[in-house]
Amino acid sequence: MMNIKGALVPFSALKFLGKKPHTVRYPIEKKDTAQRYRGFHFNDLEECIGCGTCSTICQNDAIDMIQLDGIEAAKGDSGLRPRVDNGRCCWCGLCVDMCPTGSLSLTDQYLHTSPDPDSYLLIPGKDNPEMKEHISFVKSDSEPLLQFDRVPMRELDGAERVKSFAEVVLGYMQEEARAEATRCVDCALCVTACPDHMHIPEYIGAIADADDAKALKYIYDNNPLPEMCGKVCTRQCETVCAIGHLGEPIAIRWLKRFATEQFPDPAAILNPVIAEPNGKKVGIVGGGPAGLSAGYYLALRGFEVTIYEALPKMGGMTYAGIPKYRFPEDSLDKQIGYMEKVGVKMVNNTRVGKDISFETIRKENDAVFIGIGFHIPYTLGLTGEELENSIQAVDFLRDVNLGKSVDVGKKVVVIGGGNVAIDAARVSRRLGAEVTILYRRRVQDMPADWEEIEGAEDEGVHIVPQGIPLEVIGNNGKVKSIKYGMAEMVADDKGGRPRPVLIEGDEHILEVDTVIGAIGQEADYSFLPKDVMDELKIERGRMVVNELKQTSIPDIFAGGDSVNRTADAISAIADGVKAVEGITHFLLDE
Amino acid sequence: MSEIMQEKETTLYLGPQHPGITGNMMIELKVTGDTVQRGTTHVGYLHRGFEKLMEERLWMQCFPIVCRICVPEPDPNEENLARAIEEIEGREVPERAQYIRTMVLELSRMATYLLWMGGQSGSAGLYTMPQWTVGDRDYIIDLFEELTGGRVYHMYIWAGGVRRDLPDGFKDRVRKVLDYLEERLTDYDRLLFENAVFLKRAQGVGIIDKEKAEEWGVVGPPLRGCGIARDVRKDEPYEVYDKLDWEVITHEGSDVYSRAMVRRKEFEQSISIVRQVLDKMPEGPVHNPGPNPLKWKVPAGEAYVRTESARGEFGYYVVSDGSLKPRRVHVRGPAYVHGVTLLEKMLKGMNIADVSFIMNSLGTCPPEIER
Repeated sequence: MMNIKGALVPFSALKFLGKKPHTVRYPIEKKDTAQRYRGFHFNDLEECIGCGTCSTICQNDAIDMIQLDGIEAAKGDSGLRPRVDNGRCCWCGLCVDMCPTGSLSLTDQYLHTSPDPDSYLLIPGKDNPEMKEHISFVKSDSEPLLQFDRVPMRELDGAERVKSFAEVVLGYMQEEARAEATRCVDCALCVTACPDHMHIPEYIGAIADADDAKALKYIYDNNPLPEMCGKVCTRQCETVCAIGHLGEPIAIRWLKRFATEQFPDPAAILNPVIAEPNGKKVGIVGGGPAGLSAGYYLALRGFEVTIYEALPKMGGMTYAGIPKYRFPEDSLDKQIGYMEKVGVKMVNNTRVGKDISFETIRKENDAVFIGIGFHIPYTLGLTGEELENSIQAVDFLRDVNLGKSVDVGKKVVVIGGGNVAIDAARVSRRLGAEVTILYRRRVQDMPADWEEIEGAEDEGVHIVPQGIPLEVIGNNGKVKSIKYGMAEMVADDKGGRPRPVLIEGDEHILEVDTVIGAIGQEADYSFLPKDVMDELKIERGRMVVNELKQTSIPDIFAGGDSVNRTADAISAIADGVKAVEGITHFLLDE
Repeated sequence: MSEIMQEKETTLYLGPQHPGITGNMMIELKVTGDTVQRGTTHVGYLHRGFEKLMEERLWMQCFPIVCRICVPEPDPNEENLARAIEEIEGREVPERAQYIRTMVLELSRMATYLLWMGGQSGSAGLYTMPQWTVGDRDYIIDLFEELTGGRVYHMYIWAGGVRRDLPDGFKDRVRKVLDYLEERLTDYDRLLFENAVFLKRAQGVGIIDKEKAEEWGVVGPPLRGCGIARDVRKDEPYEVYDKLDWEVITHEGSDVYSRAMVRRKEFEQSISIVRQVLDKMPEGPVHNPGPNPLKWKVPAGEAYVRTESARGEFGYYVVSDGSLKPRRVHVRGPAYVHGVTLLEKMLKGMNIADVSFIMNSLGTCPPEIER
């Protein structure tokens, strides 16, 4: 039967003839794109640090990292910027969601037609600065792909800490370390920031892969004191961490510590291959991180190495200066013990210039490495400084670390804002004193590690910022009190950091039993004979060395605080490692 | 016509570039006169080896790949991969994300059915309908654009939830589109489902053997068009389908018409499902984050998950050996059965003009055959 209705109903569509079409009549009308539209890329070149995470996550290999004119590599910036091949890009936007700084975004622009394949290569931000106005798809704060929160480190609580010199930081447990290591995006910006250029992404990757032995091998490749670094390093790596831009940097230091602490005897894992003796001898003055590092790698290369140390134990400042609650002695012993196994000869209690002359060392060896550090403190230049109980932080810390009994009384004031000052303050707390830190500038200007400052505050150390000591007042030859004035911060005309300027009349007196100065140290070159001193080039208290740590005298190499301005353990280690290259080159012409 | 002419067998190539073929594949037809003697399907024109590619990609990098397995309907792929990974990992998905996923899947079903309406009527020579439905589908695509930033490939559902929360006022705009589409159904009925031409072409044509259908692996609207109530959403509820009020739709007849009616009714039902989702959607987070994608290892294990896509049951078999990359991802799509084995069986004895018509009714997607 004929379906009459079915034949007629379709004609109802005729009513649409008079209706306005739904379509956008391009180019008279333009389509409004949605707020999240994923079009061409835009990159804020200033924000971008060239970490390359966008390039790594791109499953189309559409992103290259390239060098751009006018953008130089700097600390925390690879100097590279992404270039997108729009012929490969699928606009999934994973690069945007993965960008650690949030510099990369997608825009609402999507039209490009050209017969020229090269025109599809876009350097976001450089080729399309006008697209800043068109940013549409941006990183989401509420649904992040990267993990911005650090796995918290367990610590003794402040009240408990001041009762003893027990280690404050407890270290990661296995699961915590794995989780923390997993946050890393492998950008390697940290490697360039580390004075020693340690293989950071590699060992973090190994820890994430639960291969701690592999991590240890990477670590020992250019750092023979990693457990010490894992506890007390100034961790310049973490200051440039890509994740640190929008979150907390990866706990690189704690991860290194975790890996090293997994193995009571590094030798069992590393199985170091020691080269056949090459007949050359190297004498090292000073058993600090620089001397030990040079000694270790030289010994591995077949040199006969002897280290001379004035104190009863190797370690230099890490032994005598760093308090035991930060770097326990058994950890130091473990690392020194391993070096002895490798064949480094260590002569303790021998002050060069007193117990043995520098000339003798130089005569007996083919090359000498000087790693003497900075052990002579700067004086405060105050009236009353010579009073009894007005002491210096480095001396104080050394006496405490060597087990001498030190009485600081009930009230202590520490002058300075560096790590040494904080150490002295926290040690004084442990000796039972009430402690005040007097610092010229603001708390945020303190050169000390922020974690150290926080630690000191947790332990009840009182910090007086913008306080300038004026006079140490004594009574019967002993310190009675200290007079200090408050300062205001005045912007520097030359663009430097703000200077503290005393506020007239705003003076205070603090009753104290001990004043501890901690405003810096310098090297003691008195052990060097005159002819060496004449020849040795020294500028501003530091020996001048070339890239391979060779001084102006060819057979004398140097490293550590007495050479470089950063004056931290990792720089000293880096110097030692570099000097090994220099000494090898000098003695073996390799 | 002479006897000789009638018996002479001619070869006809339908596709790979042919508007009647739903994508890039080819059917080699041996015909005598107007009648197909046998048809052989040829695929391989867009083989991109997705499954193999994924074995060389980080887990996160697989998400921009899977959506390409079906162009008109990428979302079930994303949802399946995400759910398979979540099952292996034991990762919880926030409730709000589950509701959003359901909404996305149903909107995607509606968009696909609109495209199908266009194809089905186009292959019957009714050319007004494709203009309408492709245009109306754009309203759904606009919603996707707003929600995900992408119109066709959304890359929106990922392990742990969805990528972004709904934009402000999004629910109202979804409701507006739903109201509009519901109103349009009357027009679609008049132009297609009640159209005498369509009824004549569709009824009694392209019959699937009901007895064999399940055995052959027929799924989705073609199976429900045989009167068999099979729907993964009911049989093995995922996301929030078990919290919503709906029934499996079937239609007796096993022909093109019954399949069309199943889709027609399911389109209407999807409108109701999305409305329920919008009403019941709780507040809360939409993503339960996992590890850093660059170091994301899915624990060793395997999972098989299923989704009811617009074309039928979609399955993902995902195996992890505990490393950064999948060991194996196997995609089970309905198109392999519908577009290759079933179609070849049905072609025999068919009129040439019905080949595209029937192919459309089965919902074939070549990229999914060649995943």
